[in-house]
Amino acid sequence: MNSPADTSRVTSAKIVIAGGFGVGKTTLVGSVSEITPLTTEAIMTSASEGVDDNNLVPDKATTTVAMDFGRITIDQDLILYLFGTPGQTRFWFMWDELVRGAIGAIVLVDTRRLADCFSVIDFFEHRKLPYLVAVNCFDGKQLHDLNDIRDALQISHDVPVMYTDARNRESTKQVLIKLVEYVLSMRRTRTVGVH
Amino acid sequence: MVLGGDEPTGSLVRPYAVTRGRTRPQLEIALEALVETTARGRSGQFLGGREQKVIVNLCGGRLQSLAEIAARMEVPLGVARVLVADMAADGLLAVHEPTGFDADGGDGSVGTELLERVLSGLRRL
Repeated sequence: MNSPADTSRVTSAKIVIAGGFGVGKTTLVGSVSEITPLTTEAIMTSASEGVDDNNLVPDKATTTVAMDFGRITIDQDLILYLFGTPGQTRFWFMWDELVRGAIGAIVLVDTRRLADCFSVIDFFEHRKLPYLVAVNCFDGKQLHDLNDIRDALQISHDVPVMYTDARNRESTKQVLIKLVEYVLSMRRTRTVGVH
Repeated sequence: MVLGGDEPTGSLVRPYAVTRGRTRPQLEIALEALVETTARGRSGQFLGGREQKVIVNLCGGRLQSLAEIAARMEVPLGVARVLVADMAADGLLAVHEPTGFDADGGDGSVGTELLERVLSGLRRL
């Protein structure tokens, strides 16, 4: 593992795993994470908005948002985290922090509840965070044509849309690889465009 | 939701009690920032409460992100952030902020190199 010696180049990266409630985000994280997915909680209160006073310590009227996440050691000094978004999209306050500095996002989709991810896709497009759509095949059946799903979601033809099985490590790995390849290709296009 | 659970420490009932009510950290720390115990932290030669000792032990082995510290201590993220920021200011912890992919202004080569490392790491999995 990491030696405490030379850690000057130590850094981390993260990928956001988004999608509606119950679509399999934590399953996807767990399929590839080297640790059992952990849960971290954030508390939203008026006090977290900048008040710093002992008398205003929040113990009432707080909202707790839970996020599951996993970890992949890429190499000794680079660790990749996969953060599942809170199930309820109304907790947008946490999303800003989640997407800040992220490589990109995977929008996990259940074709029976496509509409669940509309607001998520809007959010990523607004924040210019690269994302791909991974259609979770719960029973291994690919019932829908990917182009139909793309049309239904009204996303650009550049955005990758692919099938996945969130339970399957290899399948999850391919989705993550696809996302990073996509982000790299976007960067290269952008660089070419600038010069 | 673990708040209100009957943990013997009681620290979760009033989550910001361990920070003496402070909710604003001395240092903004990213969720995925990696935290490492320094030699000073490992020496044990410091005054600290239970939480400080737990964090020093937790980050004395392999690197832990802020999110992992919060999750393993079962405290909200904001609480972990205040504690870690204080301990970093006291020289007990080193915090490695993520490099970021667009922070390198110019040609973006640092971000691109980092992405390529992530990509080859994923392919090796």
